[in-house]
Parts: sequence; structure tokens; C-alpha cells
Amino acid sequence: MKKILIVDDEPNILLSLDFLMKKNGFEVFIARDGEEALDIAQREKPTIVILDIMMPKVDGYEVCQFLKSQADLSHARVIFLSAKSKDTDIQKGYDVGADLYVTKPFSTRTLVKQVKELA
Amino acid sequence: MGERQARRGRSLVNNPYIYSLSLAVFCTAWTYYGSVGQAAQQGIPFLTTYLGPTLMAPLWWIVLRKIIRICKVQRITTLADFISARYGNTIWLGVLVTTVCVLGILPYISIQLKAVATSLDILLENPAPDKSVTGFATDPALFITIALAGFTILFGTRRVDVTERHEGMVTAIAFESLFKLLAFLAVGAYITFGIFNGFGDIFSQASELPSLRELFTLDESQYADWFWLTLVAMFAIFLLPRQFQVAVKENVDENHLRRAIWLFPLYLILINLFVLPIALGGNLLFQGQSVDADTYVLAIPQFFSQNGLTLFTFLGGLSAATSMIIVSTIALSTMVNNNLLVPIWLSGKSLQELKRKRINRALLNSRRLTIIGILLFAYLYFKLVSGQFSLVSIGIVSFVAVAQLAPATLGGLFWKRGTHAGAFSGLLVGFGVWFYTLILPTIVQAELLPADFLENGLFGISALRPQSLFGLTVFSPLSQAIFWSLLLNTGCYVGVSLCTRIGVSERKQAELFVDIFRYSPRTASALEGMKVVQAADIQELLTKFLGTRQTEASLKTFYRQYQTSYQPKADYRLVSYAERLLAGVIGSASAHVMVMSVVRKDDLRLEDLFQVLDESQQLVYANQKLKQKSEELEQLSHQLKRANEELKKIDHLKDEFISTVTHEMRTPITSIRAFCEILQDSPELSDDEQEQFLTTIIKETDRMERLINQVLDLEKFESGKQKLNLQEVAMNDIIQDALKSVSQLLKERGVTIQVNLSANLPPVQADPDRLTQVILNLISNAIKFCDSDNGQVRISSYLVDGVVKVNVLDNGKGVPAESQEMIFEGFFQAHDQTTKKPIGSGLGLTISRKIIEHHQGRLWVESEPNQGAKFSFTLPAPRTAKKLTY
Repeated sequence: MKKILIVDDEPNILLSLDFLMKKNGFEVFIARDGEEALDIAQREKPTIVILDIMMPKVDGYEVCQFLKSQADLSHARVIFLSAKSKDTDIQKGYDVGADLYVTKPFSTRTLVKQVKELA
Repeated sequence: MGERQARRGRSLVNNPYIYSLSLAVFCTAWTYYGSVGQAAQQGIPFLTTYLGPTLMAPLWWIVLRKIIRICKVQRITTLADFISARYGNTIWLGVLVTTVCVLGILPYISIQLKAVATSLDILLENPAPDKSVTGFATDPALFITIALAGFTILFGTRRVDVTERHEGMVTAIAFESLFKLLAFLAVGAYITFGIFNGFGDIFSQASELPSLRELFTLDESQYADWFWLTLVAMFAIFLLPRQFQVAVKENVDENHLRRAIWLFPLYLILINLFVLPIALGGNLLFQGQSVDADTYVLAIPQFFSQNGLTLFTFLGGLSAATSMIIVSTIALSTMVNNNLLVPIWLSGKSLQELKRKRINRALLNSRRLTIIGILLFAYLYFKLVSGQFSLVSIGIVSFVAVAQLAPATLGGLFWKRGTHAGAFSGLLVGFGVWFYTLILPTIVQAELLPADFLENGLFGISALRPQSLFGLTVFSPLSQAIFWSLLLNTGCYVGVSLCTRIGVSERKQAELFVDIFRYSPRTASALEGMKVVQAADIQELLTKFLGTRQTEASLKTFYRQYQTSYQPKADYRLVSYAERLLAGVIGSASAHVMVMSVVRKDDLRLEDLFQVLDESQQLVYANQKLKQKSEELEQLSHQLKRANEELKKIDHLKDEFISTVTHEMRTPITSIRAFCEILQDSPELSDDEQEQFLTTIIKETDRMERLINQVLDLEKFESGKQKLNLQEVAMNDIIQDALKSVSQLLKERGVTIQVNLSANLPPVQADPDRLTQVILNLISNAIKFCDSDNGQVRISSYLVDGVVKVNVLDNGKGVPAESQEMIFEGFFQAHDQTTKKPIGSGLGLTISRKIIEHHQGRLWVESEPNQGAKFSFTLPAPRTAKKLTY
């Protein structure tokens, strides 16, 4: 079972993604901020990481940059899931190594399809 | 009246007839009374006084026009100025010329006083005037003198700027000239045609008496006198201070000269028409009686009891005398002040010092005092000396005095080689001879000096006899005086000039005076007293006003135009070119001041000094105004800049706010959409799961609604559309109500609350709903941020310094100092708060502060790290409410 790490500071978003990913056969890990995300990622080596950007402590960009810089983590596919929708924000997301950038609000059906493709 | 006209722009004086009539100030009591007196005693030589000016008149176009042009260009106001300017602007030459003029003219003024006093005596049929000096206080002449001083001050010292014309005075003088002419013609016609049967009758009666026949017969021995007196009169017509005043200074348009050239001689002919008939008639009528011939004009009509005509004649004579006195005194006072007193006063004073003094007032007062002084001296001279002489004899003495100015003046006009030393020595010698040969004898005759000196000469040397100097006995005493004074004067002027070198500034002035028409009309104004001027200084000055590019272009034009190239020392052409350039920018007066500031350095000429002072005071004033304006502008632009920055900041904040709000709205929408899709796609969901997801959707919807309401609220406050429903509110009641509504939340969170409300708070003016909103916001924040395990919230209210103050404290982590203002800016979340996001939109504090501010209160936070946060707000307590508490 492929591991997926979901990082967001909004409990309701975590709740919905947790349900969706489990339903689609992923082993789901939850993190509420960037620090916690890095801990879990190093421990679990997830295949997919769904990352919010605006989070307390360490933001999504930093998390992504760190993951891509680590040899044992760089394989992880990173999907940004953010309310930040400006071109510059999106560009920055790809610059730090993201595989996909999805803006909130998002379609659960499309997201699930994209996650499956990347996995 | 004339001056008011001039201000209205239609100058009465700008008229060749007025100008010509004003020149007739030449005809004084001397003409009016004295000519008849002279004719009655000596016959036709009286005509020399008028032949001179008549002969001179055609030359005016050459001489007088040149003087006028020079004076206008250089802003010269007196003859003393003129001569000192021509010879390099030295003070001492001005002093000498002034001395000559004052000493020369004082006797002349005194005879006018004498004429007025005598004619008044005749009019009032007083006994022959008592020649003793006693009884000043009752002497009508003294009162006349004082009255004239008053008039002169009134006419002549209204303004400081002496270059300004006295149009009122000129108009009055012209009128008086007309009046005295008519009066004299009237009395002449009366005597000739009323008493006698026309000219023929008088002359045939007179020719029957041998003593009278001589009077209109030319005697060979008189030829010399004729020549010299005519020559002196030729000079007098433009060198007498009063003539210089009316002919040069008061001249409006040099083209007026064209008409004056024939109008003025015509006037002279008319006023002399009846001189001989009156003189002969008087001699015939008063044969064997002791009637002063100087008084015939008045005595004849009175003798025939023609009271109206007598009065008319008297008034004509009064006009003649007063106009001479007024104009002469004004001219002399200007001269005495500008060339004598002020240089003394100025010496040793710095410009700075002068600027501080009220120079205008001092100058006017000084001129007034001078006028009084001149008239009093003239009066004394009349009492002591001239009372004993005929009008003409004294007048001629004055003529000879001013004639001494002729070599320096005419030489200055036509001979560039004339130098300062030459002019000074010539004038000094001529004046000395004049004094020795003409003044000393009168003093002797007045018995103020021993008579022996007159007969045997100084130290008994016969060659030094004043009335036949160097043994010259061919001429009459008067002619030899004129001869020697003018000869020695001219000799010294030419001789010394040729022996001395011309100074730099002198050469420029010489060039300018002699070739005035080549440089006129404006060229020369920069030149007086010019020091060595650096072309660079001029360029710098121009650059200040025109900018570098235009200055360079203009200078290129200048060098091309005059076919010269750049010289380190600026010549007068460059200076005047610069002045003209500047005049186009800042006006001619200011341009002159500016150029002078470069040209003059320290050696200022007085006339211009006043001008500069006067204008620089205005300039200083204008500068201050300008500075003030530019400071205001600077301030304004600062304010604009600040406002702009503020706007930019606000704009930026607005952008940020909008992006934050949209971000905040995306979050609940995202959840809602996700859960809706899950519910739709997942028929396998359990009832519990369905329930949970639906509840979440509703909560997120509430969150969105709150957010939207708060944004709208804030917008209302920001735009000022929010209306407060103000009423008297008891603060404590609001707090209690708010506490009730959060009691459930407190219980859920296990937070304890301490309430400490002051019992006697005055009611405040507030909107109860809004106030409740603020208090609820603060309490719920406190609950949200207080210690998660042992939450404590304290709320208190009290009256302090006339305001009602409410504190809400929590025991949480507190707000770091750097965030204490930011938390009021909306959507701010402290960085190190727990990962669990607190409930709320992030706009609560922003709105609360707005509400309190709309109530004229203040809302702020005080906090130490880990000591919790204390939010406080104040509302003003009404003053009347304070009483209620007692």
C-alpha cells in the first residue's frame, strides 16, 4: 500500500482528504504543520505528499525544498494544495520541485485521479 | 492734483507747453521787479540776462538734450551728481559743487525774500522798511520764509526716491509762470497804454530828459559788460540748480525741448516787453522822489490807486519769487543731502548697519531740515547783507557762481580728456576768485569787513584788489570778476586735466558722457562707479536667472554682435547687455539692482545706494515671501509624498486585505466542496459519517457568513457609512450581558473568570450593540488565547481621568511587542501560536478598534511575554455624568 502524507493546518480539509485517500487505497499520514510533516516524511518515506503552503512554523515551500534535497526522500511526489492562486505562487511551487500545484477549492475527483497518476 | 493725475497715468506734465512754462522759473522776482530797477538805473544791459538764454536756446538740442539723456540713463538728479559722476564719482567733487551751489544760490534766494518783503510793505503801505536787524519776531519776511519752507517741504519731500519727478510741483510752477507773465503784461499794458499813450509817448517823453536818454542808448564802454553778462546768463540757464531741476530732472520727454527751444525765448521776450516802458515811466513819474526803482512795477499802479491791479501785480511777483524759492530749495536740499550730508553720515557705516536703520524716514527728515536750514540762512543773508543791494546786483553774483560750473560741465560733455583733478582744481580756483572778487566786496559794503581791504587789496597788495584783480581796470568790477574767475577756472581745468592721468572708472564715465547718444538709451546705466568687473561674475549672475544654456547662448550672441571675444574683464557693454537680459526676466529695476550688486562690490554711488537699499529691502521682503512660499511648497510636497506613501501603503494593505480575505474564504469553500463531493460519491458512508460531514459543511458555511459580515462591517466603518445608535449606556450592564452569553464557552474550556466592576461608573454615550460586540470579541479572544490547561480571564471596569476604562486580561502566552500593533490590522496570526488555528476570522480586533475609535475612545494591548495579554479600552465619560456619580 502506497504511503501518502497529507499536510494542512485546516482540520476539516485534513478530515476530507483523509477519508478520500483511505477510500482510494492509500496508507494515510497526517501532519498539521511543516515541522511535523518533515518528521513523518523522514520516518515513513511517503510516495505522495500533499502539501498546504501557508502553515505555521515551516511553510510548504520549505518542506518541499527539504524533501527534494534529501536523497532518500526526493522520489516523493509532491502536490501543493493551496489557496494561493497567483501565478508567482504557482511558479514558486514548481521552482522548489513540486510535481503538481492544485489551487483550493479543488475537485476531489480530479485530485484523486491526479494522485493516482503520480503514485 | 498734478501728482494724482500722474498716478492715474495721464501725466499733465507730459506736455511741451507745461515743460516750457516750467523753464520760466528762470524769471524770478529779479525779472519781475529787478529788471525794471536795473533798466531804470542802467538802461538796456538788463537784457543780457535774457539774451544769454535766448542765444543758448538753439544749443539746447545739443547740450541740454545730452545732459538730459545722461541723467536719465545714469539716474542723476542734481548738477553735483552730474559732475561728480562724470569725473569718477568722488565724494569731494560733489561736496565742492554743492558748496558752490549753496553759497552761490543763498544770496539769490535771499533777494527773492527781499522782493516779497518789500512788495508786501508797499502793498500794505508800510513806512520804508527798517533796516535794523531787530524785531525778527514781527518781521513779515520771517513768516513768509517759514511758510515757504512749509510749502517746499510739502512739494519736495513727499517721497524718498529723488529720481522720481515732482509732477505736482512742475504743474504749479508752470501755472505760476503763466500767472506772473499775465500779471506783468497787465501792469505793463496799464502803464504804457493807461497812464501814457503807448510806447511812443513814453520814449519821446524820456528822450527829452538826457539822464533817461542814456538808458536806451548803447555806450561803447558797456560792450564788455554786455559780453560777459550774456555769457554768464547763457551758462545760468542750464547750470542754476533750479533750472537743472526743471529742465533736466523733471523732464518727461526730451522731445519737449524742440518746442521749448522757441517757446521759452518767446516767453522771455514777452516778459521783457514792458520792462523799459515801466522803468522809464517810473523814472518820469517819480522824478526827484526816493522811490526804489526795484519797486516801480508795484508802486506805479498803487500810485494811481489801482488797487485790483496792484494786488494782481503783487501776486504775480509773489508767484515769481515763490516758484524760484521752492524749486531752488528743493534742488539744493537734494544736493546738500546726497552730496554733503549723507556721505558724512554714511562714512564708517556698513551696509548691514544701514539696512537696519529706517533710512527712508531719516532721509526725508534730513531733507526737510535742510530745506528749513537753507531758507533760514537765506533769510539771515537778506537781513544782514542783501537788504542793502539791488535785486539784480545780488542775482548776478549768483549767476557768476554757477557759471563756475560751466567748464567742468561742458568739458565733461564734450571733452573726454577732462579729469577729476582738472575739474576739481578749476572749480576751486574759479570759486575762490568769485568769492574774492564778488562776495568779499558785498560783505565790506555791508560793513562787516574793513573797507581798507577793498581799496588797497589783500595785505595792501594792489594787484589783489578784489574789484580790479591783477590790476585789470579795463572792465567793470563785475566783468573783471567774471573774466578772471572763468579764465582761471577754465585754465586750471584744461591745464590740470592735461597734466593728470585719467582713472579707469573716469575713462568709462568720460566715454559714456561724451558718447552718450551712441550708448543710449539704456546702455550706460550699469556704468557709474564701475569697478573692474569679472566677466565670470556677470556670467554667474546671468546663469542664476537664465540657466546655463540660455546664458551661454546669449553671451555668444553678445560676442558676435559686438564682434569681440571673451575677455576676463567685463566692459560696460557686457554689463549693460547683462542688465538688459535680466530686465526681461525680473524687470528693469531689479535687474539694475542685481547687476549693480556684481558691478559695484562696495563702492556704491549714493543715489543708487538708496535705490539698492530701498529695492533690496523690497527684495529681501520678496525673498522672504518667496522662501516662505517655497517652504510651504516643500512642506506641501512632503505632505503629498507622505499622503502618497500612505495611499500606496493603504493600497498595498487593501490588496493584501483582499487577498487575505479571499484566502480565508477559500478555506471553508474548499471544505464544503470536498465534503459535498464525498457525500455525492460515497453511497457507502455510514449514518455517523454522513452526519459528521454534513455538520462540518454547516459549520464552514457559518464561518463564511461570519467572515462576510465582518468584512462588510469593517467596510462600513472604513467608509464612514456606519451609523452608531448612541444612547446612555451603563458599561457594567453590557459587560454582564456579554459574560452571560459566553458562560457556556467558559464552561466548555474550563476557563475561570474574575469580574471586578466599579460600582459607580457614570453612564457612557455608546451604541449598546456595538459595545457588546467589542466586549464579546475581547472576552472570546481572551478565552481563546489563555492558558490551555489553567485558563484564567479577568475583566474589570473603572473610572480614571474622566474616562471609563475596561480591561480584559488572560494568562496566555501574551502578544510579542513587535506584534502588538499588527494584531489590529486584520488576519494577523502570531507566528508561534499553536498549530491549531484559533476560531475566528482574524478581523475581530480590527473591527473592535474601529468601533471604539468611533466612540472617541481608544483600544490597545499591553503584554509581557508569557505574562498574558491585557486588552484595554476607554470611552469618554460625559462631564455631566460625573456629577451623577455623587
